[in-house]
Formats: sequence, structure tokens, C-alpha cells
Amino acid sequence: MTNRPVLVTALQGAGWHPAAWRVAGPAARRLSSLRHWREVVVEQDRVGVDAVTVEDSFTAGPVDARGDLDTATVVGRLDALLVADAVAPATRTVGLVPTVSVTHTEPFHVATGLQTLDHVSLGRAGWRIQVSPTTREAALFGRRPGGDDAASLFAEGREVAEVVSRLWDSWDDDAIIRDVTTGRFIDRDRIHDTAFVGEHVSVHGASIVPRSPQGRPPVLALAHGADAAAFAVDTADVVLVTPGAAGLEARSTLALVRDAEQVAGSDLRRPVLADLAVLIGSSSAEAADDLAALDAAAGTPFGSVSDAAVLATTVADLVERIADLRTLGYAGVRLRPLRIPADSTAIARQLVPALVTAGLRADVASRPTADLRTRFGIAPAVSRYARPTVPQGVPA
Amino acid sequence: MTSKRQVHLAAHFPGVNNTTVWSDERAESQIAFSSFEHFARNAERGCFDFLFLAEGLRLREQKGRLHELDVVGRPNTLAILAALAGVTEHIGLVGTLQTTFNEPLELAKQLATLDHLSDGRAGWNVVTSSDAFHGANFRRGGFLDHADRYTRAAEFVELARELWDSWQPDAVVAEAGTTARPAAGAFADRSRIRDVDHHGPQFDVTGTFPVPRSPQRHPVVVQAGDSDEGRDLAARHAEVVFSLHTEFDDARTFYQDVTARLERVGRSEDELLVLPGATFTLGDTQADAEERSRAIRRAQVSPATAIAFLEQVWNRDLSAYDVDGPLPDVEPDVDADAITRGRVRHARDPRALARSWRERAAAEHLSIRDLVIEVSTRGGFIGTPSSIAAEIDRYVQERASDGFVVVPHTNPYGLDDFVDRVVPLLQERGVHRESYADGATLRETLGLPGHVLDRQEVPA
Repeated sequence: MTNRPVLVTALQGAGWHPAAWRVAGPAARRLSSLRHWREVVVEQDRVGVDAVTVEDSFTAGPVDARGDLDTATVVGRLDALLVADAVAPATRTVGLVPTVSVTHTEPFHVATGLQTLDHVSLGRAGWRIQVSPTTREAALFGRRPGGDDAASLFAEGREVAEVVSRLWDSWDDDAIIRDVTTGRFIDRDRIHDTAFVGEHVSVHGASIVPRSPQGRPPVLALAHGADAAAFAVDTADVVLVTPGAAGLEARSTLALVRDAEQVAGSDLRRPVLADLAVLIGSSSAEAADDLAALDAAAGTPFGSVSDAAVLATTVADLVERIADLRTLGYAGVRLRPLRIPADSTAIARQLVPALVTAGLRADVASRPTADLRTRFGIAPAVSRYARPTVPQGVPA
Repeated sequence: MTSKRQVHLAAHFPGVNNTTVWSDERAESQIAFSSFEHFARNAERGCFDFLFLAEGLRLREQKGRLHELDVVGRPNTLAILAALAGVTEHIGLVGTLQTTFNEPLELAKQLATLDHLSDGRAGWNVVTSSDAFHGANFRRGGFLDHADRYTRAAEFVELARELWDSWQPDAVVAEAGTTARPAAGAFADRSRIRDVDHHGPQFDVTGTFPVPRSPQRHPVVVQAGDSDEGRDLAARHAEVVFSLHTEFDDARTFYQDVTARLERVGRSEDELLVLPGATFTLGDTQADAEERSRAIRRAQVSPATAIAFLEQVWNRDLSAYDVDGPLPDVEPDVDADAITRGRVRHARDPRALARSWRERAAAEHLSIRDLVIEVSTRGGFIGTPSSIAAEIDRYVQERASDGFVVVPHTNPYGLDDFVDRVVPLLQERGVHRESYADGATLRETLGLPGHVLDRQEVPA
């Protein structure tokens, strides 16, 4: 585990509250522009937030009670992976973690797209793995009827994760040799055949992308229940959970993941981040009023529909909460700002300095840059195909 | 006001074949983003219309093993273009993307995203493929009959246009309510977002497209296939066509052929640009340029590359032959499976080809390596900056092309000389822009009116 809480900001549209766009000002009209995304992400980068996640889906947005696109909230989105790529050159330290689905996509494209993000960002890529369960999404592809049960979606997702992971490992670090004497650009013995034949997907040969700086960018998975926790343990390096929602205590939510690790026979204790939806005010009363106004505009209290706990809170309260979660064994938090840019800005400009003051984070200037795996406190990725190192000076 | 036809220039990022000389001492990583950034910024400095990236789906193989001799490994096309959108302002970003191993919804979503992120600078080189070798890396394998490649491609492009059209430009209204009526107003006007309900031989797609209308509405569509079907697809759907025809007469014949096809589908000549891909070797004098060209071509054909090239025609192991000696006396093996996979290069009649090469080598006293240099590398345009600028101008004024795709032989500095020395001369001649128009989309930079489907508004 890292010696300080991991802090991740979850980005989505104008924020996580369905009425947030109403208070976003001019930003609401340019959610599809690079300018908007660059401004929001650069702000997180500047103060040393560990990573941002970018949500994605194949749908234009949520549906209303009649089952039609709900245009009272933000509809329309950009591809998360490409957004992460486009902001990468403007940022220096923040991890970039797009959501990429494993349900209707091609594992080969998923693998090479994320490897390229890792190259572009010099080792700051991550992958929020997700399944796309709805019939709406299936109908947009028209390849299968949709409505698959969770077990089969997860089974397919496990295969895709395995294929992606093998492709990421398929080139050794030193596969490119540029040996002018023999005319060889690569040493083909250092590029490996993934040779995976599964029920859902198969891949032969190697990735087209040479090994990326992290080798295998960290994989994040959100787990609400036991089956998703088992999926997360099988496929992910970092697990996101939602304590405080649906009456679940923080302690028992964490236990969901630890139990799944035990069932899977895994000795690894994965970093677990608590997902919290936050509205940050200068006082609890102000925050509560702002949330009430948003809820009134949406027509439904967000707390009654959100999968994560919704907190109208202050910076001081959040610092305390994060410290408590650390004590319980959480690696840190993923904060879902209810309003972007208001609450994402508060995370960057107020929460981060307060965590530094509380001794929970080092000042950004005094921390060395590191790849995203290091920031999450997970070990460097060793390729499954790596040749065993022969100890020096020992006769063969 | 000049009446001269304008030269359009595209910059081809050096590829994974032996045109790219990796042994050059200034050659840098083909995967590091810094190489792409240098290349893109440099092309933008030369006011190029767009930069172009090919796509890789599987590493090349020869004799059942990975081909080691050329540059190997490249990025995901869409991901690198999106990153380049973040470091450039004006230049178009065009990538090759398959219609066979992609699904329309996802690719249309990604291309619309790229168009948003680049403020209207996205382009799509539509290519088809069907072979099982590449298919092995994808869910459906080699599912598509070779004959159906273009059927699928055409329906794919039509469906993508349908998806891109489904949001009207004013669909996002973002009208917040008032303090008195906070829940009034809507983020989008539902009546301006049309659901797609497409059912065709290749695709069944139903629902709401996820991306709002992008600045260009449709990314610029490019086509490169040289076959009859490829040219027809270009005539019907493309706005830019890449060609391999660089000799003047050959280029003009191709230009006329494509133009005639345009007329048959009711489009006019100014709706499509024809850009041959070519290499350019500059020197202070003609003799200097010729000398440089010889050195480059020799670097492109290393001894190992010469043998590997002959093996593709002979279809057998020739590693025992001396590259500085005469051509192999054995005959090509025409019965065995092809030893090369992952690239297009088929000799129709290998035995006849081998015979003609042997005769030529004997007559001109060429070794294996000399012969391969002669038949496998194209010198392209060789000359002084002023002679090359004059030649480019002539091609364009005399309608042999609308410009060129410049293919440098080293990465990432291979374009620098062209930008430093040829571009200013084209600008002096009044045939190449000296700066970009502010906020121009790629389509506007290309001076294209847009595809006919692109100019109609479909009611919701």
C-alpha cells in the first residue's frame, strides 16, 4: 500500500449530478470540446491528483421514465480513450484512466489503444474495465440480441482482459535491436505469440505496438456486489467500491474485495478505493443547500438514485473521512464531483492542499514523477514471457 | 487573385516497410510520441493540408516467422491522432481504419470524437481487408468473403454518415431553468436528435448515436484502393483519393479515369482531390541529388532485405545465396503456400518474372542486391529544390494530380528538408498557402465543397 492516500477524480460530463449542467455556466455548451477537457484535467494535474477516470458508454445518455433518452440531463459524449489521448500532451503527472468496454469491442483494438495512451503519456495510462450489459447498447451494434446475464458478460470480460494482458506482454522491453550489421530491426525471439483461443475471443501473434512504458497499464474495476468483486479480482489491479451506499458499511464493503481475493486464492491485497460522490461547500449548510437546489431541479434526490454515497460536505469533513478510510484499510478514494468544474476545482484547489496540511499527502513539488502503477502502489509489471534472468558469474 | 490551381500536400508518417531507412544515424523511435509530435509540427510549419498514418493489424511474417528487417511496430491509429490533436492547431489528421474488423457504431463514435477534439480536422482513409491472417486477431476471424469487401465498406460508410447526421447542429441547447422554475429547460432538444434504424445486408443498427454533431459533420473520407472496385468506391464516397501513379502520363491517365467515374455518379471534378504518394530526394545540384538517391536506395535494400525480397517471388528459402553474386538459378516454387503474410505483394507469374530479372541482371551486370534495388525501390522525384517545385507545379497545373502525399524515408526528420527548401518555392510560385485560414476545418483547408450527402440537412 502507498504511504499516503490515493486520490482519483472521476470525470463525467458536467459532473455526476443530473442537474449539474444547469450550474456549469458556459462549460455546459462545450462539453464536447478539447478546451473543456484540457482545462478540467490540467487543473487536477497541476496539484498532483494521482489520476482522473473518464466515463464512457455506447449510449447517448440515460433514459427517462418512458424509456426514451432523458434530455433533462447531459446527453452526448466523447470517446473516453481519445479524450485521454488528447489531454495527455498537456499534462505531466496525472494518471489518465479511460473507461473502455469489453463487451462489444475488439480486444486487439482495446489493447493497442491503451498501449498507445501509455506511450503518449509516458507511463500514465490506466484502464477502467467495464461490461456493457444493456439491450440498448447491443442494438447499436446489432451483432447479438443483448440482455446477456451478468455471469456470461463477466465470463467474456475475463477472456478479453486475458487477451489484452497477453498482448501487452507480447513484446519484450528490448525487442527492438536496430542491428545494422545483420540488418535486423527487431529480434523476433523477443516478440511472443499470444496464442489465446477462448469461447468468446481469440488472438494470434503479437500486438502491433511495442511494449509501453508501464508494460501493463493498471486496470481498475468497479465492484458493487460479490460477482463484480470476483470479476475485479480476476481482471483488475485496483478495485473501486461504493461504501455508504445501499446501507453498506465501509468495513463490509472492503471485506467484499478481501473475501473475493481469498476465494480466488490470491495472495495480493489489491488497493481498494472508495467511490464517493461529493459536493463541496464552504460550510455544511451551504453544501446541503446547493445539493437541495440541484435535487429540486432534477426532480429526484440524487442520493436516491446514485450507486455511490452522495455527500454534501466540506473540505475539512472530507479530509477526516479519507483519514478514517485509510485506517480501515482503504488505499484511498475516487471522488465523483457532483458539479464540474465547481467541485473538481474544489478538489484540486482546496482538498489537495488540506490533505498536505494534514500530513496525508506530500506537496506536489517535493514528489518525484512516477508512472501510474507506482502511484497506485502496485508492483512493476513483469512480462509473463520474460526470459528468466541468469545470475551473473554462475556457471550454466 | 491567382487563377493557378493550388498544390495540396499530405505528410505520410514513415511506415513499416523498407522505404523507411531505420539504419540512418538520425533515425529515431517509430513509437515515441516525440517522433510523432516533431513530424506533425514540422508538417504544420510547412502548411501541409494533413498528415497521414497507416494502420497495423498484425505483424508481417516471412517463412512462418516475424519479418525482422524493416521497422516493426506502430501505434493505434486513432489514439495517436487524438494525441496529435492536442499538439497541433491547423493540420488535418487522417488515419487508415478498416471497415472489415471494426463496427460502424464504435468507429463512427471515435471519428466524431476526433473531429470534436481537433475542431474539425479529422479524416478517414477507408480500407478493406478480408484475409484470415489479419482476421485471426478479431472476433469474427476471416468472416468476410473477398468479393464482399467493398459491399461492406460502402454500407459501412453510408451507415456512418447516417449516424453522424443524426444529431442536428443545434440539438444541444443547454437552456437552464430559472430560479422560480429550476426544472424547466432541457440540455438537448429531443426533436433534433434522430434515432437510427438501419437494416442492410451487412449491418443492423438501432438507437441513438452517442456523439453530438461534430464540426465537420463528416470527417473527410479518403480512399486508396487502385482496383476497379476501389476506384468506384472512391468516385462514390471519397473526397480525397491516394494513388500509386507517379509517372506523369500514368498519373494523368489515373486522374482522367477517376474524374470520368465521378461524372458517372453525378459528382464534379472539384469534389475529389487526387494525391499520388511519392518520395522526394533533394540535392544542391542534380548530380548531388542523384548521388543521395543512390545512397538511400542502397540503405533501403540491405543484404538481408535483398534476399528476403527475392524469397517473396521465388517463394523459397534463398538464404544460401550471395547478394553480391548472380541471381538464383533455381525456379520459383509456385505450388507451395505463400511464404509472406501480412502485406500485399503478389507476382502474377513468378517464373516469368524471375526469367526477366535474370536476363536483365545478366545484360546490365547486376548482382542480386543491385537488381533488387532497381526493381523494388522507386527513386521518386530527384532533383534540386527548384526543379522539384517546378515539377510538382507542373503535375498540378496540367491535371496529373492535385498535389502529393510526401513519403519521407527517415523518421522523424525526413520531412524537414522538404519543408525548409521546397515549400517556400511553391509559396513563391503562388501555388501553396503561406498560412492556414483561421479556424479552418480540414475540408475547408482542402478547398472541398463536401460530399453531396454532407450538404443536405436531413429532417429529424
